[in-house]
Amino acid sequence: MKKLCFYFQVHQPMRLRHYRFFDISKNHDYFDDKFNFEIMRKVADKCYLPMNQLLLDLIHEFKGEFKVSFSISGTALDQFEMYAQDVLDSFKRLAATGCVEFLAETYSHSLSALISQEEFTNQVKRQAAKIEELFGQKPKVFRNTELIYSNHIGWMVNQMGYKTMLTEGADKVLDWRSPNYLYQNEHCPDLKLLLKNYKLSDDIAFRFSQASWDAYPLTADKYVDWLKSISWTEEIVNLFMDYETFGEHQWKESGIFDFMYHLPRLVLSRSEFKFCTPSEAVKELQVRGSISVDNPISWADMERDLSAWLGNNIQDDAFESLYRLEEKVKRIKNADIQRDWAYLQTSDHFYYMCTKFFNDGDVHKYFNHYNTPYEAFINYMNVLSDFEERVNKMVEALDAKVEKKIAPAAQSLAPKKEAPKKAEAVKKAAPIKSKKVKVKSQKEEPKKKVVAKKSAPAKKKEDPEKKVAAKKAAPKKKEAPQKKVVKKKK
Amino acid sequence: MFGWEFPPHISGGLGTACYGMVSGLLHNKVDVLFVVPKLYGGEDDKFRFVDANQVVVDFGDQAIINSLKRLNYLQINSPIVPYVSPEDFILSQEERNESKHVLEGNKVKYAFSGNYGKDLIREVEQYALVAMQIAKDNDFDVIHAHDWLTYQAGIAAKQVSGKPLVVHVHATEFDRSGEHVNQSVYDIEKAGFEAADNIIAVSRLTRRILIDRYGIPPHKIVVVHNAVEQREKKVYIKENLLDKQIVTFLGRITFQKGPDYFVEAAKKVLEVMPDVHFVMAGHGDMYLKLVERVAELRMSSRFHFTGFLNSAETDKMYGMSSVYVMPSVSEPFGITPLEAMRSGCPVIISNQSGVAEVLRYVIKVDFWNINKLADSIIGLLAYPEISKTLAEEGWKEVEGMKWEYASLRVKEVYSETLKQVR
Repeated sequence: MKKLCFYFQVHQPMRLRHYRFFDISKNHDYFDDKFNFEIMRKVADKCYLPMNQLLLDLIHEFKGEFKVSFSISGTALDQFEMYAQDVLDSFKRLAATGCVEFLAETYSHSLSALISQEEFTNQVKRQAAKIEELFGQKPKVFRNTELIYSNHIGWMVNQMGYKTMLTEGADKVLDWRSPNYLYQNEHCPDLKLLLKNYKLSDDIAFRFSQASWDAYPLTADKYVDWLKSISWTEEIVNLFMDYETFGEHQWKESGIFDFMYHLPRLVLSRSEFKFCTPSEAVKELQVRGSISVDNPISWADMERDLSAWLGNNIQDDAFESLYRLEEKVKRIKNADIQRDWAYLQTSDHFYYMCTKFFNDGDVHKYFNHYNTPYEAFINYMNVLSDFEERVNKMVEALDAKVEKKIAPAAQSLAPKKEAPKKAEAVKKAAPIKSKKVKVKSQKEEPKKKVVAKKSAPAKKKEDPEKKVAAKKAAPKKKEAPQKKVVKKKK
Repeated sequence: MFGWEFPPHISGGLGTACYGMVSGLLHNKVDVLFVVPKLYGGEDDKFRFVDANQVVVDFGDQAIINSLKRLNYLQINSPIVPYVSPEDFILSQEERNESKHVLEGNKVKYAFSGNYGKDLIREVEQYALVAMQIAKDNDFDVIHAHDWLTYQAGIAAKQVSGKPLVVHVHATEFDRSGEHVNQSVYDIEKAGFEAADNIIAVSRLTRRILIDRYGIPPHKIVVVHNAVEQREKKVYIKENLLDKQIVTFLGRITFQKGPDYFVEAAKKVLEVMPDVHFVMAGHGDMYLKLVERVAELRMSSRFHFTGFLNSAETDKMYGMSSVYVMPSVSEPFGITPLEAMRSGCPVIISNQSGVAEVLRYVIKVDFWNINKLADSIIGLLAYPEISKTLAEEGWKEVEGMKWEYASLRVKEVYSETLKQVR
């Protein structure tokens, strides 16, 4: 029996409000609640609610024969909780059928895999915890933002304990080979790969209502014929697409719901295909090949690369400016900072700054509420400037605390009180020499710190290193604090 | 006096300068009738205005007919064809022009937008027609016209009234467009300079351009530097972003203003002082190019674009700034440094600006000298003493630049002109 594997991506970004230069330092509210609410309600009514109901009905009708999988970004889940509890409930009903698998991804649908393993890992853990909390299922299969994948990303995912990952069946990677088999990471064979059949996926996701397409209108009959024409040796067809395809990108009037209503019954009655989830697919299939991907691929645009999010100057500068703050942000416990840090990483912000105007530019426009990429960029940078200022202030406050605690301890241990006074005296007399003295006194300080190591703040400083060392040994330990952050967010 | 804009409805420095000039003249007991294409309401009622929109031009009047005949030479490169009779003229106007209302007989009223849109040249010409009627209806001694938009009006008024014309040059086509001059504008300017009895230039720099580029005899041109509207010194609370030092550029983001040199200098400053912030306020045709360039230099987190600022925001911006930079490639005068100084902000200006001729407590650099510009910015930021000196002395200096004084010079030009004519 051949396998048909549906995976749907559910994502909504936290869109930024119009944020002016003069808002910097004054307004720390970055997100356009009203706009996000409106979009969420619109998509909920046009897509999430009717499509969830349809899937639920199909699952009941075929009694375990029809299965699908979802990846829902943390930013989408947060917005369900804020604006669309009904949608969340309907996903919970789907989860309860046992025929729906939920996958792991980054919490904020971010590009963190491209720049920071630590941030990437944190986000995945946070996302997995959230899925488990809401749907009672611990994700076993991973899919990265926009199916972005490379050898290195695959390795990092495997490091986190995932044995299966989804990505694009890009021509430039597969060359003459078919995506319709199970593959593995060439350098890390422990990681199995399910590859998107982009032709059959995009027939539904992009071409379904295109009147100029020679196969228009697409019927379930025709589609099953195509499935049946696939060579008898091939084993699985992976249909990966945005969930918003149903009712939002392809309107209800296009007949997309009817298509999905008929598809399972025709697949099950007329073809040798049966539906499966990614986990089942990997369990039942043999690895038939391995692939190696040096430069990251994605499922976007004709290029199937990162150029929708990164590559032009404004995207790269914004991206680098954001992640320059990572080290500082990690030191801050403040829940607002952590929330904003996550939401600002969402890939959509960089997508809005894309300047590829041809071909896919049209698709980009559809998803973009800014007039120009430059407008999006300046708005984002204004927000980021305010965020950076907040972060800097908090870090400075932390440093001040640490110094305060160290200073008395150091003084009591090292009774060289006269030294700084001397330095000051020298400074007044001979400004050039004073520099040297300054350097000396600075050099002395770390020594004092070493002496004062036993005091509490010095211990704190050691912690991050310990954590890094302990990470690989006991990754579970870190999950506990992670959960707490999630709860705070509510 | 013919102008094109007047506060509060202004798009550039011209309106601001006219406001100061008229106030100053009023102070010096000169009675001014100020003509604008359009009154928007909200103008200060201590001035006497004529709204060109409200003027009815009587083409049956003999004085106007005669002037129209003599004004033929003005029509070089303009769509107004030489005409035989006023009736034919009205007809030819009617064909290409919906923005006028023919009243009974030969009387016509024109509609002006007062903008700088695509109909600008047409409005400039209609403004001249209206000027004839105004010159006929009012009693005055001297005609004063500001910049090329009003030169044809000035000439027409001179034709009708026989009164002397003083032309005031705030900017030339070479300042606006570099070497890519618009020939029609150039021709109008040249005709204005030649028809004028005397010319007032806002700087020696501009005077030089008139001599070199327009072939105007030097003895006709007098330099009167602009001033700045006086205000109480305000202490702005630095609330924004503003534990940080901010270096500001404020103006149109166009070739003339040299914004690209500001960007390159910013990069050099950030290499030494990574926590300084730069602001580019304004809009213009180089805007996107510079956003791109700033991103390419990877300094967007320190370099902000605000877009166009209104006057309250402009004041706020000066108040927030540690240094104000005007790196103009060609600036006939340049009023923004004075505004910055008035807010107690130290200023760096290019030598290629007219205002450099009168200011002492500023730093002056050549616009192309990015290194020196960067050094100057760093110097002002790193050594508070010099910043403080420039801010304090600069404020005093600007305080001495009153429109009353500038207007007194203008009044002298009027007297001189009247003497020559008699």
